[in-house]
Formats: sequence, C-alpha cells, structure tokens
Amino acid sequence: MDEQISFTLNVNGHKHEIQSAWLGESLLFVLRERLNLWGTKNACEQGECGSCSVLIDGRLCCSCLEMAAAAVGTDILTIEGLAPNGDLSDIQEAFVEEGGVQCGFCTPGMVVAVHDLLEANPSPSSLEIREALSGNLCRCTGYGRIEAAVRRVVEARHG
Amino acid sequence: MTAAVLMPASVDEAVDMLNSSPGARILAGGTDYMVEVNYGHAKPKSVVSLRALDALRVWRRDGDTLELGSGIRFADIQTSELAKLVPALAQAARTIGSPQIRNAATIGGNVATASPAGDGLPVLFAMEAVVNVAGVHGRRALPINEFITGVKRTALGPGELIVSISVPVASGPQEFLKVGRRNAMVIALANLALIVDGDRRKVACALGSVGPTIIRCDEAEGLVARKVNWDRMRLDDPQVYQDFGELCANSARPINDHRATADYRRHAIAVLASRALMRTL
Amino acid sequence: MADLADKVVAGARTRPDGKVKVTGGFAVSSDLHMEDMLWGATLRSPHASARIVSIDVSKAELVPGIVAVMTSKDLPAKPTYGLLHADQPVLASDVVRFEGDPVAIVAGENLEACRRALRAIEVIYEVLDPVTDPELAEISPPVHPDGNLFRRVVITSGDPEIQGEIIVEGVYEVGMQDQAFLGPESGLAVPDGKGGIDLYVATQGPHQDHRQLAPCLGLEPEAVRVQVAGVGGAFGGREDFSVHPHACILALKTNRPVKMSYLRNESFVGHLHRHPARMRFRHHATRAGDLVKVEAQILLDGGAYASTSAFVASNAARFACGPYKVPNAHVVATCVRTNNHPCGAMRGFGAVQACFGHESQMDKLAAALDMDPLQLRLRNAMQTGDRLPTGQVVHVPAPVRECLEAAAAFPLPPTAVDNQDGYGLPGGAGRTADPSRVRRGVGFAVGFKNIAYAEGYNDDTRARCLLHQGRATITCAVAELGQGFVTISRQIAKAILGVDEIDLAPASTGLIGSAGSSAASRQTYMSGAAVERVCHEVAARAKQSFAQQHSIDPESLLVDGGFIVSKDGSIRIPIAHACPEPIEVEVYHMHPPTAPMDERTGQGDTDVSWLFGAQRAVVDVDLDLGLVRVVQITTGQDVGRALNPVSVVGQIEGGISQGMGLAVMEEVISVNGLVKNPSFTDYLIPTFADMPPVEVSFIEEPEAGAPFGAKGVGETPSLASTAAVAAAIRAATGLDLPRVPIRPEDIVFAASAKPLSAPQFT
Repeated sequence: MDEQISFTLNVNGHKHEIQSAWLGESLLFVLRERLNLWGTKNACEQGECGSCSVLIDGRLCCSCLEMAAAAVGTDILTIEGLAPNGDLSDIQEAFVEEGGVQCGFCTPGMVVAVHDLLEANPSPSSLEIREALSGNLCRCTGYGRIEAAVRRVVEARHG
Repeated sequence: MTAAVLMPASVDEAVDMLNSSPGARILAGGTDYMVEVNYGHAKPKSVVSLRALDALRVWRRDGDTLELGSGIRFADIQTSELAKLVPALAQAARTIGSPQIRNAATIGGNVATASPAGDGLPVLFAMEAVVNVAGVHGRRALPINEFITGVKRTALGPGELIVSISVPVASGPQEFLKVGRRNAMVIALANLALIVDGDRRKVACALGSVGPTIIRCDEAEGLVARKVNWDRMRLDDPQVYQDFGELCANSARPINDHRATADYRRHAIAVLASRALMRTL
Repeated sequence: MADLADKVVAGARTRPDGKVKVTGGFAVSSDLHMEDMLWGATLRSPHASARIVSIDVSKAELVPGIVAVMTSKDLPAKPTYGLLHADQPVLASDVVRFEGDPVAIVAGENLEACRRALRAIEVIYEVLDPVTDPELAEISPPVHPDGNLFRRVVITSGDPEIQGEIIVEGVYEVGMQDQAFLGPESGLAVPDGKGGIDLYVATQGPHQDHRQLAPCLGLEPEAVRVQVAGVGGAFGGREDFSVHPHACILALKTNRPVKMSYLRNESFVGHLHRHPARMRFRHHATRAGDLVKVEAQILLDGGAYASTSAFVASNAARFACGPYKVPNAHVVATCVRTNNHPCGAMRGFGAVQACFGHESQMDKLAAALDMDPLQLRLRNAMQTGDRLPTGQVVHVPAPVRECLEAAAAFPLPPTAVDNQDGYGLPGGAGRTADPSRVRRGVGFAVGFKNIAYAEGYNDDTRARCLLHQGRATITCAVAELGQGFVTISRQIAKAILGVDEIDLAPASTGLIGSAGSSAASRQTYMSGAAVERVCHEVAARAKQSFAQQHSIDPESLLVDGGFIVSKDGSIRIPIAHACPEPIEVEVYHMHPPTAPMDERTGQGDTDVSWLFGAQRAVVDVDLDLGLVRVVQITTGQDVGRALNPVSVVGQIEGGISQGMGLAVMEEVISVNGLVKNPSFTDYLIPTFADMPPVEVSFIEEPEAGAPFGAKGVGETPSLASTAAVAAAIRAATGLDLPRVPIRPEDIVFAASAKPLSAPQFT
C-alpha cells in the first residue's frame, strides 16, 4: 500500500491531527471522512458545483480541489464554524425564512459563499449576487429564494 | 521517495526540493490536478506545494514590462491594480471557472497545464508573454509560444519551476472574449484575445479552444496593422472588421466534439474577432 | 372547511429542517457512516452492447483491504429487478446492454482499496453492435429477451378522417435530460444480526424499493427494512434502484455495514434519465383558429431497461394534444428499447416532451393563421367539462385561460441593459455581445399533466397519528426530497389538532405501509389528505374520550380548530389535553379509482385530476453567436390552493430552472450508446447567473376532494418552461428551431440544418 502521512490542520479555530492519511486526499475528504465534519458536501469533486465551499485563509475555495496535506498552516473555516454556538447567523436565518432551502444539499456551500460575498460587497446588485454565487449550483430552488435571502440580509444590515 | 508535501519558502528551495525528489509534483492552485487525483487518474507520490511561496505572488513593473509572479491567482488579477495594466488578462480572469476556482487557480498553473481551452492563454500569446523558469542550472526565459508545445505539453524540464510571466503593460486597447454555453462556470467553445499596441504600432490576436494549442492570426494581424490609422488609433475602412474576422477564422483549426462543432467554433471566431476589433479600433 | 384551509395557510411556517440544513448538520445519504463499515463499489460495462466472455476476479480478491468481490454467479436470489417489470439484472451475467450495466461489486475497508480491486477485475467482452437509433429499434435484433418494444399507446377520438382548413405539420426532437440532483446516489446497508437487513438510502419511494429488494436478497419481506435517508434532490432520478441491491448483497455477504456512494461520473450512469423524444405533429384548424384535429406520432427512447417507460409513453400520448379543446385526435406514442442509457421518471414524466411538441405546433399554427399565439391559445383553452382525447371529462377546475392571462399580465422587462460590463447580456462574463446584434423575443407555452398515478394503477397511502401528552407523532412513509412534506404535514396537523409539538417519524418500511412514491406531484394531494383524515379522526376520538370522561353527550360537542367546544360555549378545551390516554389512529387513503385505457382506442377515465401551468419567457439572443440569455419568466400556475406559498414559489422557480435548462443547455450526449459528458463540467445546468427573475401568479381554484383544495405543484412548472423559452428564441430569431436543447449552432446554422427525423403518420 501507499505510504501514509500525518499532518495538522487548523479547522474552525481548532487544531486537528490527521494520522495515516494518503497524500492525495482532498481537504473535502479529510473534513468529512477523518474529521466527521459532514456539513461540507460532495457533489462533483471537480470544482463544478460549490457544494464543498469553505474559506481558506478567508478565501472562498472548493475543498475538493485542495490537497489536504498542502493546507497545513492555513485557517480553514467550514459551515460548522459559522454558527459554532448553535445561534444562526443572519444569513442562515434568512435562508430559512425566505425558503432558500429545499433539499439542503447545496445549502452549506451556498451559505459559506454568501458570507464571503457580503464580506467583500455589503450591498451587491442583483447581477453582482448572481456573479458572485455562480459557482454554487442549486438544482432545487432556481436560486430565486436564495437571492431573496441575500437581499433580506443586506436590507437588515443596512437598516 | 518519501510521501510528503514539501513547502518551500523560496524559489531556490523549491528548485532544490524538486531536484532532490525526482517525480515530485508541483502543486499550485490544484484546480486541474486535484480533479485527476479525485477521479483516480493521477496519484501523487510526493508534492512540492507552492502555497507558502509568497515570492511567487508578487508582481513588479519595470518600465513597460510587467512581471507577474506565477502564483498570482486569477481573482487577484481580476480585481487588483493589475486589471488596469493588463485589462484583457483581467477580462479573461473573470471568465475562468467560478469565484472559488479563481481564488485558487494561478496564472502559472494556467500556463503549466497548457490546456487548449485555458482562458488566460490567448491573452498571454497575444501579448507575447515570456515564461521565466528556474531550474537547478539557473534561470531561463522562453517565449510562451515556445514554452507551450502541444495539448497539455510544455517545455518545462524536470526539476524546473515557472517563476513568473513577463508581459508588456498595455499601451493600447485590449479585449478578451469567450463563448460558452452558459453565462458562468463554463469551458470555452472559443475564445480570443486582441491586443493593440499603440507604441509599437502592432496588433496581435490569439485564439483559444480552436486548436491543439493557442493560435496566433498572423495574416489577420498584418491586415489590420496595414489598415490602421495609427495617429488617430482607428480604422477608416469598415470592411476591415469583417475581413479580419474571416482571416482569424481561417487560422482556427477546431475540432468537432460534444461541446460544439468545428464549424461553429470557426464561425464564432470570426464573430469574436470582428467584435473585438470594433471595440478596440 | 374553508376556515380550516385558511388556518392551514395561516399556519404556514418555515421548514422544520431548515436550521439543521443551514448549519451543515443535516445528514444526507452520502454522510452516513458507521465505525465498522465497509465501502462498496461497482464495476460497470464500458460498452453499450457486449457479450461477457469471462470475468476473472482472482486478482481483485488479493487487493489488500478487499473483503468481498461478487459477480452475477454470487447473487443470492432473484437476479433481476424493475419498477413495473423485472427486466434489469442486479449484475450482468451473459450480456451487457448499456454503458454502465453493473458487472461486479466489491466491498473493502476503504474506497481506495475498492477502486484498486475494480481495476484488478479482468472482464473479457465480445463487443457487439449496439442498437442506438430508436427508429430502427423495432426492426433490430432484440436487445433483451423481452423484445424492443416497451409499449405503443394509441388514442383515437372523434372522426379520424376529418381535415381542417388550415393544416400545419412539424417534426420535433427533445434531447436526453438528466435530473442532475446534487446529492450523489448513496446508501448504507446494515445487517441486523438476525439475517435481515436495514437499508438507509436516498430514495423517492422506500416501499417500492422494498418490494423489489426482498426477492433479490432472498429474504422474507419483514427481514428487509428500507428507510429514507437525507435526500439531496431527486426529480424522478431516485425512483429506480441505484446502490440498493448492491450495498445490501455485499452487507449480507460480509455481515458488516456497507456504504456505497457514487462519484459524479458514475451518477450519470447510476440513475435513469428523461426519455429523448422524436415527434411528428399535424394540427388541423378552422380558418377562424379553432382546433379541429391533432395527429401525433411520438417516439421515446427507453434505453436498455423497462423501468416506467410504459407509463411515460402513456403520458406522452395522453397529453400530446395539450390543454385545449380538441374534438378529434389520433395519437400514437411508442417507447422502444435500445442500448442507450435507460430512461425513466423525470419531473413531468412524458408530458414535458409532449408539451414541447404541441406548443411548438400552436405557434406554427398561429403563424399560419396570422394570429397572435397567445390569442390562439386562449381561444382553444380547455375548460372544466371539456372532454379529453381519452374520452374522460375534465371534472376539476381547469384554469388554462387564467394561467395564460396571469403569465401575460406581468409587465415586460426593460430592454437589455449593458450594466456590469456586459454581464447582463447574452454571453455573460464572456463579454461577447454586440448590443446591436441582440434581439429580444417573447414566447408563451401552456401545459398540463395528471396528478398521481393513472390507468387504474393502485395509488394509495397511509398515515398514522399518535396524540399523547400534548404531542402529536405523525408516521407516514413519504420520502422528503426537499419538496416540503415535512412542513406541510405539520401545518395540517397543527391546524386540526392545535398542537405545537409535532414529530414526524422516519419514513421507513419498518414503521408503516406504503405512502407511494414522492413523485407525480402526488404527496400533498395523497399523503397530505391522509394526514388530514387521520388528524380529524384523532380529534374525533379525543372528543369521544372527553365526552366519556365527563359524561357529556358527545353530540353536544364540536371539534373546532384545535379545540373541543360545547355547542353552548361553556366548554373549550385544547384537543391536546382532552384525553389523558394516548390516541393512535391509522388511516388508509386512496384517491377515486382510475381506469385502464382501451388498448385499441385509448379511451378510458385514466386520470384522477390534472395540473395546468402557463409560462411566458422573455429572451435576448445574440443573432451572430447564437447565445441566449433568458431575461424573465412569468407564470400563472394552477395550484388549487397554495398551502405554503413560499414553498410553492420555491417549487415553481426550481421547476422553471430545470425547464429552462432543457431549452438551452441540458443534454446527455450519447454517441453509439456511449455518453460523452458525464460530469458537471460538460452536463451544464443553469447557474445563478443563468437563471432569470421569475414572477409567479397562483391561480387558486380549490379542487374539491383535494386536501384543503391543494393540487400538487411539483411538476407543473417544468411542463411548459422548455417550450416557452424555445418559443421566445424562435420569436427573437425568426427560426424554426425544432429541437431542444437549442445549441448556439442551431441558431447560427439554422439555414443549413439537416431536417429532423421522426416516425411517419400511419
């Protein structure tokens, strides 16, 4: 069998020792299968759906395209890290209230992407929302209620 | 070889690592390579990750030349000051994958992967970019059309690393256009970069996704260069737009595949070329 | 009754699983795991048609970490399965009939070991010429012992000889669409230690899985339990087996839990697709624009195995004439077997293909009549009391006119604006558009389809309600796919019983009988009705019990909105507290019976009810590049009663996006039976940047007999969206564009396009 490696990842503010991993394991795989952080979803494993979106050093990335062992030394934030105490963020709240959730598969990645969008652009136009979230596929909603959720947050934040 | 991810902190260290671990894979953004790994088509034995190599993420302007570190990500090209210095590259950056991909994928990776559909490549070919490579025997610089030798093939030798890509600062209008079946996150059916260099009185046009590698349109470029009123930076003869499009289309060597027919790709090039020229001159 | 419906609507709430879904805590089937589980994986045929000469698994068995390798000769019992007819092998034995037919399965300690083992299995194939042209299927050698014809449905009504003053004929084609749900096919099979098994799986119908599964495992039905795990979307693609028998067989063999989960490329062969269609229509009308007769020949490619093809063909035939008054009709729909990928259920189920045909024809007829396409539709719109080509009278609200008028009533969007550097124009971020070469087009389409199952198929459901200590527990085996049964069932229970604490038991075959599949827009209509009935029954029992306890004449008491009240007003007590003992009731619910169709004439009262929906699409088209931007879609949709308006809007927007996808980008491309684009890189579904704003108008004409008047809403938005977008593109370009998805080259090279092929009229 292949040689195995061990390394440490910093996920949601906590250090995690990863033992006996195979070198090619993606960050997505390690989050799910080794750290039991199942909120980051696996739909395509080729960077074409955004379901596995996480923030790495504050940058929105597809965790399926990150080699886990090469993410040593970065700060990784997953969906589980967005509402660590069980209190929903205003974005998460808005997704529920506006019907932005159906099957829920794309939801964690989409929520992470919306957090990233509103960090960078607090009052996005409709087209800016669409462009910024164009890497997150949703097959259930047709995106309408998700856009409504984003607008709700923007309006609430700006009073 | 020991399975490991090596994280060099300098270019020299990276070169040393590559040479002391033959067969080690260079990992930049990983957006192409990890797909192969995830689907079992590639299996890294050892990896030299460029993540910590901040030196590759800087750019420098030296007169009319811009040296872009190979580790600069497309998201940064899209939004930073670079967007003013090489606007066509910024336009191309905006069409690459998704925001997530652009946050990871690097310009060096785009060059090294050498995909016929690489969206950054037509711009680099039209700008006659130079690829600066470091190896154990020192550094060398190759024009991009010599660096990329075929479909996913380059002149990068064992133990070598792309350090930077040198391009001229825009001295005239630039355009990048891309045809895809979707408004976002889509592979190009055809793409095109047009660079007008007012200082050197030169027009350069390069085509992507319509051949095994990026194609320059010499004849079309020559036509425009002859017809431009360089003092006023405009074309007086409207027929040139159409002729330019047709000549560019003639240069294309597209194939039929599941994404589009060769005929469509060639036709699209004619349209893109005319439109790009209309926007620039 | 009306009051109670208002109460249900007023009690509309957000999804009870919303919080867990937005925080990443909701486990979909691919998240299932157990400490000692094995992984399973499938080896599939790389050929569309081949004879298996030999399979050698000896090297695979030696791969470290591999616990079991199985081929068809190791199957424990019945070697085939199928929803209607068991013609699909669990593992191929002598031949493979499509690219993806499973040949061997392995179980190992990790996924990597499984993948190595698959590579180590040596299969020698004798490759055969595949049958891939559906028009030749019936005269080709049989792909399967059952032959190459799944079903031919003929519907004849009125005078077959009659001719209209104006006749238009067209040939149309619909490419193969994929459900492209995001959650990969996954399941976890867990041996129960007593020889039985529990399967946790993403499915639309646990009981239909169970019915097929137990015989394949060689187990008594009670030894097999199927429980719906978190489902990441379905849209018809989880009606048939994916991992089900394989995971269970490996688990029984190894006596350990086995998880299977497909990568996306396997997903594209691991579930069935929407049937591609070739269609020929001939519409006859008077000069004034009244439809006289519709003739249609519809050919559907069912691929290698039967699945639900027979019913898809029937739907295509029954809805081929559209929601119009059509006095005379002759429709033939044929579904054949080929070596292409098998097709089965997808949202709209045969009616989507038919709608593209009949709506394309209505536009063509309008042009021939020099009439406004919307006016032609309104003029011929079906109404309650009209007779369908099957002879059945439409006895429910049929607001076709209202749907069309509502879609038309929304203001048209402003002309294209080149804001954000061209992003809003055709071509998006590629910045290809030249605004002077962009043309706008507007198109209408209207479609209809039945709710629930048809043709006498036994369509039933069950719900149980336990009321105890102020808490209601509803048990009903509805698969929650994201559609919101978890919301609507609680809304109904709350409105009737007045309780706030409502639990929904897992949807498991071990807990209750079948609720039928979450398909055919039927669960609110069917299981919603069952929940309504069971809650009423519980309330009645609570009243009875209260009367008994307090020695009151039960006739003096009423149940009113969660309370038991006395007619004189002196008593008012919450139902939840009316009875100290638990009350548990189970009801069986079936809709009014439907009838099979006459085999020769297609006549029969086949349907229980229908859904109607109209869309108006506005598009911008780059004439030179053939790129399309859908600018706006408006819709009038017959919902009966929108019990949870936010959910209904979500269903509509989602269904429209899938319909739009089929119009402009979605197609599984197959060459000689081999799929060329099994990935999200090349099977394109609409992104956020592709989906236009949607304006929704509910047409609310409550249907008597439906729970609180609510019809299903799952499929309606998908029916006419494709046709509407295609019509808009035709309007913008002036081109015929008889095939969807419309590719850029179809627009650019329309003049030199090869004519499409479809069966001739007989």
